[in-house]
Amino acid sequence: MNKSLSTFTNGLLRENPTFVLVLGMCPTLATTTSAINGMSMGLATMFVLVCSNIVISLLRNLIPDKVHIPAYIVVIASFVTMVQLLMQAYLPAIYETLGLFIPLIVVNCIVLGRAEAFAAKNGVGLSALDGLGMGLGFTCALTVLGAVRELLGSGACFGVHLYPDNYGMLIFVLAPGAFIALAYLMAVVNKLRK
Amino acid sequence: MKRLESNLRNMALSLTIVALAAAALLGGLYTLTKEPIDKQKAEKQQKAILSVLPVIDGMEIAEPVAGDGIIIYSASKDGQLVGSAVQTEENGFGGKFKVMVGFDAEGNIAGYEVLEHQETPGLGDHMTEWFKNADKEHQNIIGKSPATTKFEVSKDGGEVDAITAATISSRAFLKAVQKAYDAAIAANNKVDAASSATAITEKAEAQEWADAADKSQNPENVKPVKEESHE
Repeated sequence: MNKSLSTFTNGLLRENPTFVLVLGMCPTLATTTSAINGMSMGLATMFVLVCSNIVISLLRNLIPDKVHIPAYIVVIASFVTMVQLLMQAYLPAIYETLGLFIPLIVVNCIVLGRAEAFAAKNGVGLSALDGLGMGLGFTCALTVLGAVRELLGSGACFGVHLYPDNYGMLIFVLAPGAFIALAYLMAVVNKLRK
Repeated sequence: MKRLESNLRNMALSLTIVALAAAALLGGLYTLTKEPIDKQKAEKQQKAILSVLPVIDGMEIAEPVAGDGIIIYSASKDGQLVGSAVQTEENGFGGKFKVMVGFDAEGNIAGYEVLEHQETPGLGDHMTEWFKNADKEHQNIIGKSPATTKFEVSKDGGEVDAITAATISSRAFLKAVQKAYDAAIAANNKVDAASSATAITEKAEAQEWADAADKSQNPENVKPVKEESHE
């Protein structure tokens, strides 16, 4: 029981994929122009992470060592394509904003990283929990980063305008702002972890 | 259970099975989602066409005429052209964008909708709303016609204010609108040429559109004029 709890909370703060492991920076920086975009990207990644962790954990003894990377990539890519098709069919608005970054989940280091480092060595239950924890950690990180950038950059939070966007600091919506906001958030998280 | 040994047979077999299973799964899902995806796309297209055209009861939208990256949907009522929606594409600041521009019978812009774009968020992406702002005379392009208004940013000597800090996007946008207008005129020309068999210059054509508008306001005038042109 204790082990599953610690596996789950591992990804939330202690080994948070964004703030501590600093993995998956491409979607982190590119899709967090608003809180809702960050959250959708996080949730899509979480879905892939949980599913691929479960399947890879199930297959871990059936796949010979020398071909494990191609096999894992096929599994991950299938789930990503599933997310892409489902989003396109039922959530077209979000699909349009995330666009290119959905297929790029395939090469997200977090997904392959967890498959290699955790799911290939642990049971199905634990692997699912690990995927869930890591995914939630990633989602929270992206949502917070998106919220900060949206608030400073366009004066809104989850699309609700708090002040006219003319007063927003535009740089936070652009790429440099992503680095600046991420750095400050990392500093805060580091302080919290100590 | 021990992990399978890395010999050729195991490797080939496991990879093949994983790949086949993935392919089967995705193929199934693709068939399942194909219909809703196509429906979404068609709906979006339809919504864009209707939102840029003037609102007229009982108008019919003809089959699209496509060519050269431009798609024209002409709307007519009782055989009379009441407007057209033209989809064009242009290179913006962040790549190609697609815009649907609607014209009324006089060739004035009735509305526009940006269908796809990759402009910078917070700068160029304002184009989706910027040129619709009815409160700002020099920003607004709705109700204006490229025949009477110079569709270039004021920096280049035109009569439309560019989006703040996004001149390149604004230039591209206005170019796309101009292209849509030219295409609409050319298409209109073809229809006219077919019915009246007279060559009309572009300028005269703009006049033609204005005449058409007068006619649609006084429907009793329409018939005699039309018959004349047929003779």
